[in-house]
Amino acid sequence: MDTTLSPTPAEILAKQKELVDALRPLLPQESLLWEPEDTIPYECDGLAAYRQMPLAVALPENQEQAVAVIKVCQKLQVPIVPRGSGTGLSGGAMPIAQGLVLSLAKLKKIIHIDPIARTAVVQPGVRNLAISEAVAKHGLYYAPDPSSQIACSIGGNVSENSGGVHCLKYGLTLHNILKVKAILMNGEVVEFGSLAPDAPGLDLLSILVGSEGMLAVITEVTVKLVPKPQLAQVIMASFDDVEKGGNAVAAIIAAGIIPAGLEMMDKAATRAVEEFVHAGYDINAEAILLCESDGTPEEVAEEIGRMTDVLNQCGAIRIQVSQSEAERLKFWSGRKNAFPAAGRISPDYYCMDGTIPRQHIATLLKRIQDMEKKYQLRCMNVFHAGDGNMHPLILFNGSDQDEWHRAEEFGSDILETCVELGGTITGEHGVGIEKINSMCVQFGEAERNMFWSVKASFDPEKLLNPDKAIPTLNRCAEYGRMRITGGALPHPELERF
Amino acid sequence: MSQSTLNHFKDQILEASASKNVLRITGSRSKDWYGNNLKGTPLPTKDYQGIIDYQPDELVITVKAGTSLKEVESALSEKNQQFAFEPPRLDGATIGGMICSGLAGPGRASVGGLRDFVLGANIMDGQGQIMNFGGTVMKNVAGYDVSRLLPGSLGTLALLLDVSIKVLPKPAASATLHVSIEQGKAIALINQLASQPWPINASCWIGEAVGTLYLRLSGAKAAVQTAITSFKKEYGMQLLDDEAAHIFWDSIRDQKHDWFKNNSEKPLWRLAIPSTAAPLKLAGETLIEWHGGQRWWKGEITSQEIKALARSLDGHASIFKASAKTSDMFSSLKDNPLTAALAPIEERLRKSFDPHGVFATERLI
Repeated sequence: MDTTLSPTPAEILAKQKELVDALRPLLPQESLLWEPEDTIPYECDGLAAYRQMPLAVALPENQEQAVAVIKVCQKLQVPIVPRGSGTGLSGGAMPIAQGLVLSLAKLKKIIHIDPIARTAVVQPGVRNLAISEAVAKHGLYYAPDPSSQIACSIGGNVSENSGGVHCLKYGLTLHNILKVKAILMNGEVVEFGSLAPDAPGLDLLSILVGSEGMLAVITEVTVKLVPKPQLAQVIMASFDDVEKGGNAVAAIIAAGIIPAGLEMMDKAATRAVEEFVHAGYDINAEAILLCESDGTPEEVAEEIGRMTDVLNQCGAIRIQVSQSEAERLKFWSGRKNAFPAAGRISPDYYCMDGTIPRQHIATLLKRIQDMEKKYQLRCMNVFHAGDGNMHPLILFNGSDQDEWHRAEEFGSDILETCVELGGTITGEHGVGIEKINSMCVQFGEAERNMFWSVKASFDPEKLLNPDKAIPTLNRCAEYGRMRITGGALPHPELERF
Repeated sequence: MSQSTLNHFKDQILEASASKNVLRITGSRSKDWYGNNLKGTPLPTKDYQGIIDYQPDELVITVKAGTSLKEVESALSEKNQQFAFEPPRLDGATIGGMICSGLAGPGRASVGGLRDFVLGANIMDGQGQIMNFGGTVMKNVAGYDVSRLLPGSLGTLALLLDVSIKVLPKPAASATLHVSIEQGKAIALINQLASQPWPINASCWIGEAVGTLYLRLSGAKAAVQTAITSFKKEYGMQLLDDEAAHIFWDSIRDQKHDWFKNNSEKPLWRLAIPSTAAPLKLAGETLIEWHGGQRWWKGEITSQEIKALARSLDGHASIFKASAKTSDMFSSLKDNPLTAALAPIEERLRKSFDPHGVFATERLI
């Protein structure tokens, strides 16, 4: 437990005044917010259940201003939470009490596109989809496509190592960027990676990607672009049993096919989205698979044929292949609208993000069914089946504190089951503040100490997005006290009070 | 056996730490020629071997560091799978050496580098502690991606115990085309083709002013066939027969091609630069891979001169192989003002893994 005393309101106001006075000369008037009515939109990110008001919000217009802001914060020892579009789902951009939110939203220029080198240099506030739109005229696109791609920014994507529907074939953010320019907490501007295939020394870019704004503040990203496939087609297959659907996923991979997308939905999810988008989904199916193929027309025809054979052999009860781009988008509309569909049938939903080895998909789904009874809450499941990344959506009513508490417990239970099945607590949404306790389950003390040491290598004063992603020893001890599993206490060496 | 080997590793590390000795982690020593001067007492890992788990349906294999690459590749081949980044297969090469050297072959041009395929690792740090990072699943963003620091670290961070690596199916079809073409035109052509949706998996150009461009196509049968027809017609390319193609790409991957064998007394330089960079102003034959991103050159030149040349192109240069080693085979973060500030961070990271300098062989820096 944190034993430091909370500052008094007067102390907080004094700190805020000190910070604002120091930042005011460095930024245009509209780039500094500190009145509560101006800063309240920044109190949370896409995980609205967790909120915190910051001391102030700075919105620099260029790298020089961002450097100046960071230097002031270091001098005044004010923690910084970097923020992109604020669409993250794990509370990574939630402000820190007595901290500054550093929004990179105004750095939104596409600086350079090189269609032959297949690269684009962009500022961190550029939206993911805006990159693909800007390079479409060259027949290229930026492959990672998180479902929030219309709004989420590339800086946030790098910080979270975002994935998407197509990452089985095209990789995560890490696999699709070459170079990142960033500001260290001491104000120095540095470059990670290179325009060349590799860079001297240790691969520090790998550590920066997915570091949740805790190591450096990103100011420029060079992304790789890939040629837009000439054609994409999707198969929609129904199964009368979840296990058969799960086995079909494994069978497609075993047949040597890497589909462009491979998604699965359970019955509850299928029914919810069908009522919402009317995409022609089979509402009697226990599981629905969407398998996409992309490439040249010849390639797609061959792969669709092979996948259809495999799905039939695996006992699919209905198979439809999109016959036009409009129909392909219609088939996808259900999957892409799963979250709003959940919002339509329930006042609130809580999205999980664990990943498991594909072979355990059916096991996890059965365990989730048991949990629905245990926590008396409904859960619908959509997932990136191709890479085992599950998004169970727990439905609850947030105005009922007991329901929210049960939803949180339900979520933790799912994540711990993912770890038990050989997976991870987060596949693409990040740890943030939301899953910080579950980190105690996935990693032992030695690993967590190493994470702290990595953090200190970049940010020795722990001023960049502290208290996120990596739990302290005390936090894990406290969490272990609350959740004794198997009769054994973690950290038996610590005193308990 | 495994536990006693682990205990033995730990004893050696603790003993080295106590006596302020430096340990040089070795596999089969097939790449002793790579990196800076060899220092330190060998810490052999060859006995720590075996495939721990291989799940073809999950596209992942978990292997102990001392396992031979040959054994692992033959297990993958049985299931029609492969390491798509095509690591060089030097005599006896081990998985630990493959990971920690971070080298990749022709396929890297289209599928990504070795680090892109590392999913997780168990390591023993400089204090004998075993730690596990990453995992066996493709998508995993819990905690910093520590396991991806190991590729290319040349044994200077920690002892790799075992590693989980993503594998991919072998392509349904492959074909190789070749054409005689000037260097500048070859670089322009391959980058132009790579910006279009063709199933190009690898490229190689060998020559001086004029030379031969080889393109390997792989993917669905129909897609490969369409590309063959088009490239023959558009660029006058010719098809290489399958066996010759196989021999050619193996010789590039394993650096057994005549180009690598000739003039072996001269240092072999590797330049990693943006793929579209114009032909290098260096006299003599060049071998170009990765669509222009990796360029090999043999000759006498000062280290300063060639590193400055690479840097002017936004890349870096290293001595890949030479009859005599030096202590500056690689470019350094300190060479570039925009990466110089990362050098102390790199040093602190090393200390995180190895506070007493047990693995500080300076092979990489």
